[in-house]
Amino acid sequence: MHEVLSKAKKTAVTPKNVLTVEGLKAYYINEHFGVRREVRAVDDISLTVQRNEVYGIAGESSSGKSSLIKTLAGAIRPPMRVVDGSVKFDFGGQSIDVYGAPEQLKPARWRHLSYIMQGSMNVLNPVRRVKHSFHDFAYRHMGLSGAAFWSKVRQHLERLGLDPDVLEAFPHQLSGGMRQRITIALATVCEPEFIIADEPTTALDVLVQQDVLGLIKDVQARMQASIIFVTHDMSVHAAITDRLAIMYAGRLAEEGATQALFDNPQHPYTAHLIGSLPRIGDVRVRKSLPGKPPALSDPPSGCRFHPRCPLAIERCSREVPLMQPSATGGRVACFRAGEVVAA
Amino acid sequence: MKVLIDLLRYNREFLLGTILISIILALVAASFFAPYDELATYVVIPDMPPSAEYWLGTTSRGQEVFWQLAAAMRNTLLFGVVVALVSRVIAIAVGLVSGYLGGRVDQVIMAINDTLNALPNIPILLLLVFVLRDQMSWPILAVTAALLGWQHDSRLIRSVALSLRNREFTRHAVFSGMRTGQILWREHLPYVMPIVFYTTMNNLIWAIGLEVTLSILGFSDINRPTIGGMIYWANAHSAMVAGIWWWIVVPMAFVVILFLGLFMLAMSVNEYIDPRSRLARMGA
Amino acid sequence: MHGFLIYVLKRLGQFLFVVFTGVTLAFLIAHFSPVDPIEQTVSLLTSFGNTDPRSVELLRESLRELYGTDGSLLEQYFTFWGRVLTGDFGPSLSAFPTPVSTVIGRALPWTVGLLTLATLLAWTIGNLFGALAGYFRNNRFLKGVGVLVMSMQPIPTYIVGLTLIIVFGYLWPVLPISGGAQLNLEPGFTWAYISSVLVHGTLPALTLVCVGLGGWFISMRSLVSNIVTEDHVVYAELAGVRGRTIFSQYVARNAMLPQVTGLALTLGHVFGGAVIVEFVFNYPGVGKLLIAGIYAGDYSLVLGVTTIAIIAVAAAMFLIDILYPLIDPRVKLG
Repeated sequence: MHEVLSKAKKTAVTPKNVLTVEGLKAYYINEHFGVRREVRAVDDISLTVQRNEVYGIAGESSSGKSSLIKTLAGAIRPPMRVVDGSVKFDFGGQSIDVYGAPEQLKPARWRHLSYIMQGSMNVLNPVRRVKHSFHDFAYRHMGLSGAAFWSKVRQHLERLGLDPDVLEAFPHQLSGGMRQRITIALATVCEPEFIIADEPTTALDVLVQQDVLGLIKDVQARMQASIIFVTHDMSVHAAITDRLAIMYAGRLAEEGATQALFDNPQHPYTAHLIGSLPRIGDVRVRKSLPGKPPALSDPPSGCRFHPRCPLAIERCSREVPLMQPSATGGRVACFRAGEVVAA
Repeated sequence: MKVLIDLLRYNREFLLGTILISIILALVAASFFAPYDELATYVVIPDMPPSAEYWLGTTSRGQEVFWQLAAAMRNTLLFGVVVALVSRVIAIAVGLVSGYLGGRVDQVIMAINDTLNALPNIPILLLLVFVLRDQMSWPILAVTAALLGWQHDSRLIRSVALSLRNREFTRHAVFSGMRTGQILWREHLPYVMPIVFYTTMNNLIWAIGLEVTLSILGFSDINRPTIGGMIYWANAHSAMVAGIWWWIVVPMAFVVILFLGLFMLAMSVNEYIDPRSRLARMGA
Repeated sequence: MHGFLIYVLKRLGQFLFVVFTGVTLAFLIAHFSPVDPIEQTVSLLTSFGNTDPRSVELLRESLRELYGTDGSLLEQYFTFWGRVLTGDFGPSLSAFPTPVSTVIGRALPWTVGLLTLATLLAWTIGNLFGALAGYFRNNRFLKGVGVLVMSMQPIPTYIVGLTLIIVFGYLWPVLPISGGAQLNLEPGFTWAYISSVLVHGTLPALTLVCVGLGGWFISMRSLVSNIVTEDHVVYAELAGVRGRTIFSQYVARNAMLPQVTGLALTLGHVFGGAVIVEFVFNYPGVGKLLIAGIYAGDYSLVLGVTTIAIIAVAAAMFLIDILYPLIDPRVKLG
């Protein structure tokens, strides 16, 4: 704990950090017929994201990664609540404390912080034309007159390889890939410093997926924006992220430069995720982990991965491993960190 | 059982609904101990206001309002229950079969379903009452009402059944050689039971409302005491104008108690079935 | 455009099917009646005494055509359809010798006016408050409104009407409780007549609104509380789109669509309520006509009103269905 805090304090003063998360806990709290149930979807997470960086978050479904970025985006609704910790953005001198002073966030949305949502097939209002979405989402932030605004929007669409005539279309007239590209255009039209992307390519077929990934990378490089990119697909992370965090059962297992993490995973769970990736020419049978990811309403004691961990020792079921600096320059939460041999 | 106690403790609507319906059921139970024949007239002094002797007063036809009310409540409820049960059988059968078979058959059944739903019930019932005249008895009326009152519910049941069609256990049952009837009866019926229960409450409300309405208009056996029948006779004697207000206010009040009670139960049961509305109640 | 055409044709087919089923049902009910309508009616008419034999014969003739025993069942059925299509239901017994069509024609505007006004009011108010209550879940005022309208909703139309009569007719007599307009006024576009119509329509309309409100409120509230969790609404909120825009364009606009379809589906039910309201308030529409016709044993009138009601309700549903694509681009553009 001490280590984590001191590290967090050190990084907080570095102006390069656009996002600083400290000791964040967000639980689903259900009270029904007088019985209180907690689901610890985000449990004590600290991380930072720097300017012009693509930060990946990986993990199985129900690892809490969606809950985490919803919490980061200030998009949680009851019964989910932030119990402890803070989320702070720093947009060129303008700092925003998402849970300390939530009123600061609203004017910054889309101007500085935008979001590409999971299942973006359905994020466009089905009964309105695409142009209305652009107007509702972006007009206020751009400070442009009507005509100038629309020419900017058209220009932006063209730069992303989209026909500006899609503005006149209704969402149901467009294909899934097209809608996804429009969503990306919508999320980047105000040139925000920070973009949160939640599984933006998951629902697309492989070819369109490549295309969309290229698009995101392109936009990011041009705008020097920071992105948090969430997907369960490790190959996508390998292709697009600079740094990567591995989440397991509501906690971070490991974090580090993407390349280092793939080359030399410190956490057994990371090793497993990487090991399950198919490689050309590799004919070995993939090992699968026994058991299932734990229910977050009733997680295992100690390290939450220990019931499935091939390296688990007695201590793992008693004590919670904290995030410590790892041998490869990242952070890892494992008592047997470094003993892992990449599969 | 635990569920019931929990509902009573934590759900105000369920508690209130239970209390209101208990009052009604107590009244129905009392009807079996009536001192007079419910059909007999001029057994007490007419037009007496509520008093210690005549709790809810007496009518211009020389009947005690309390005992008339008790008998009326029993008959009206009986009517509602018969309608609800008969229309349940139709709604479940149509809904399950249509949802299970799916495809063309489903489309055809639902087209018929919607067509019947589009027909205005009251004029058709009135036409039937009109042509049948004296042959109209309450069981015939109940069956007719049941025939007119299932389409909405069968659609709800069908939508649940449709989602069960492609589930693993259904395929399993099909491959293991179960007959269609057996699959529907043993595998699918339990799944639709919650929604059946909820629609039963609503159907009961509708059926009783129909009975009350038709009897108020005098289109049922007017000598058999029913809630609507009481109001019919009160109107026929101009009770409101003559100042015999209790004759008309008492049955109205009890209709309201009955309907609110059933409605509260339906609401709370719905909430119990649908966790989304339960979540909403917690302030989500 | 092609998709829209298919949509309209489908709806038209449905409309025709509903009319066909309804008219056939009315024919069958009337035909298999154990009572002989012709002799019963004639005996009723002659019991009044001073009727000349020629008009009795005329009545018998038209009744025979309507339900009669001439020809085979199928022939009778076609004759009946001919009557329905030409709107000729013969003379009315209770208003002899005025044709049934004239009697209904006189009453129809009252019912259509009352129903249109009351239904639209109930729909608009119920949906507005339902949407607000679904969106602002924790607003105390809206919760109170919810309890009020929801507890009125299950109560039968008659009881609500009678309660209003007791309150506004006896306890606090400020509104007329009977009729469609003041009787001594000449119908026409005069201020006196129109205001009298409006004042007389207030309680009947209020009854229908009270009864109809709750259903719309409940369904809209649950629709909205589902829609607010849908992706496009969450996304707009994340984008910091103004609250008013989200409520009207993202939430209410989408939740309204099933409610318009719902409006079409409940019209038959609403008509039933109108029959009762017209009876309670002695309102000169077709509902009162129907009940008066039953009391008077007026066969042609009852069959005429029933048939017209079935067709009118189906037509109104068809109209709503046709207008629906105007608000849902997914249907209009296919």
